[in-house]
Amino acid sequence: MTKLFEAPLYPYKWSPDQDAPSPVRHPVVIIGAGPVGLATAIDLAQADVPVVVLDDNDKVSVGSRAICFSKRSLEIFDRLGCGDEMEDKGVVWNVGKVFFGDRQVYDFNLLPEEGHKRPAFINLQQYYCELFLVERIRALQAEGKPVEIRGGNKVANLTAYDDHTLVTVETPEGAYNLEADWLIACDGAGSPTRKMLDLDFVGRVFEDNFLIADVIMKADFPTERWFWFDPPFNKDQSALLHKQPDGVWRIDLQLGWDIDKEKEKKPENVILRLKDMLGPDVEFDLEWVSIYTFQCRRMEQFRHGRVIFAGDSAHQVSPFGARGANSGFQDADNLGWKLKLVLDGKAPERLLDSYAVEREMAADENILQSSRSTDFITPKSEISRIFRDAVLDLSEHFEFARPLVNSGRLSVPCIYDGSPLNGPDAAGLPARTRPGSPAVDAPFAEGWLLDRIGGDFLLLGLGAEVPAKMELDGIQITGLTIAANQINRDLKHRYLGEVGSAVYLIRPDQHVAARWTGFDETAVEQALAIALGKKELAA
Amino acid sequence: MTDSVTAPKLDKPDEFYARLLTAHEGLSKAESDAFNARLILLMANRIGNLTELEALLEAARAR
Repeated sequence: MTKLFEAPLYPYKWSPDQDAPSPVRHPVVIIGAGPVGLATAIDLAQADVPVVVLDDNDKVSVGSRAICFSKRSLEIFDRLGCGDEMEDKGVVWNVGKVFFGDRQVYDFNLLPEEGHKRPAFINLQQYYCELFLVERIRALQAEGKPVEIRGGNKVANLTAYDDHTLVTVETPEGAYNLEADWLIACDGAGSPTRKMLDLDFVGRVFEDNFLIADVIMKADFPTERWFWFDPPFNKDQSALLHKQPDGVWRIDLQLGWDIDKEKEKKPENVILRLKDMLGPDVEFDLEWVSIYTFQCRRMEQFRHGRVIFAGDSAHQVSPFGARGANSGFQDADNLGWKLKLVLDGKAPERLLDSYAVEREMAADENILQSSRSTDFITPKSEISRIFRDAVLDLSEHFEFARPLVNSGRLSVPCIYDGSPLNGPDAAGLPARTRPGSPAVDAPFAEGWLLDRIGGDFLLLGLGAEVPAKMELDGIQITGLTIAANQINRDLKHRYLGEVGSAVYLIRPDQHVAARWTGFDETAVEQALAIALGKKELAA
Repeated sequence: MTDSVTAPKLDKPDEFYARLLTAHEGLSKAESDAFNARLILLMANRIGNLTELEALLEAARAR
């Protein structure tokens, strides 16, 4: 098979910036062309914000790495114009099996809630995700959007000033300087930006190693997620088997902390372990193997003046629950519109502080969730081991114990309760769409509600008429009125409950800013000012 | 809260106590620990309500 990750996708090219007599100033420079950097670049470019992405490499990442993309990420990809590519290539699964020791204790079918465009998640190698994002950038470039990816551009030095950052970039043809009004560091868990600016990365709740392998099965194998607690082939640890596109299976073997990485990584040792795991009759080829080390921690602040951190550079969690890349896309989603409005002079700079507030809250939630999963998977004391084993033993016979089994709680978007951007709420409307929540998808007019939301502020009227277009404070607000006879069961359940009508103000990142039971222009204007960071919600 | 969740309610206290001990007869320490853990989880599910469970955790701390 072709190894996608061996072909240069954005090879180094000389840029006119390199010969400029003085450093060229750019509104936004992103460091890192990983999934989060690319998604941020697309969001900004779609909104006509000029953006330059610097990456020391020129290829997609090697091996499957992040493999599980959540519904919320797919919804963000839809807004970024590449949701179909991701889902069409990805693998959707619903059946999982849980093993404890040498036996299967139960299996499950996720039966996701109906009435959503996207499934709960897909499995897809990270390199495909990056490829589709790069292809989307190429399509935007073809439309004349102001975005470029500079491969072979390694950031060597940064000097932060009050109103910009001076960036020194090394290339195969020598070094050059450029200036960024806003610098976004999407350069991963080891973030050189963080180190160059001498910033903290605190927490380190725990540390662990995983052997991750991509194998190609030579015969059919079911499209299911298999998770083992304390299996005979990996005593006292966990193991995960997951289907990916192209007949590639991903295997994660937890190794613990104190290990000999070089020895564990040797193909002959890996193959022995995999034979133990899959049984002697399953033939496979080992495509890629790596050891992944993680710690659980986050930066204390995601914004440092004109430098903003997003994705793994800002926060790192355990892999349980697929909260790494998925939370990074939510960072990008949260940041793009705020940065645009600040650059356009339509919102005060402190709107970007709300990025930090909201995404730090999300990181704490992700760290809490993944810490709980880790405590279940790797009990830290004798008594926690006793309870963990009791849960697994009971789960074989009693359904009540199965929700206690924690092999990772899949990434769901953070609800920004208490965010300074949240405006008023109206009593009686459903909790799941309260201010701070991402708008919930529902079938609408032969299509999907979320396809109609995002990019700009939107006023959604259900059984209440809202203006089709408004301009308040220099901000365009699109109106979408859903007449009473168009409100289907899902829309009613998700947006109205028992209330007869509702009006929602929804942010460009599809999160609900405020809601009422009827339209009132003054109320909308005040909620908009709150959502732009211009004023605070009156107590 | 603590009063309502810890108020005497056992049908036949002596009978229950005897059966609890009988259930552990012949078990090793590890088997007994595992049995207790399963029993706690079953009882917790029977109670269900988190506020009541918290009150019970609190009551169990008192010695």
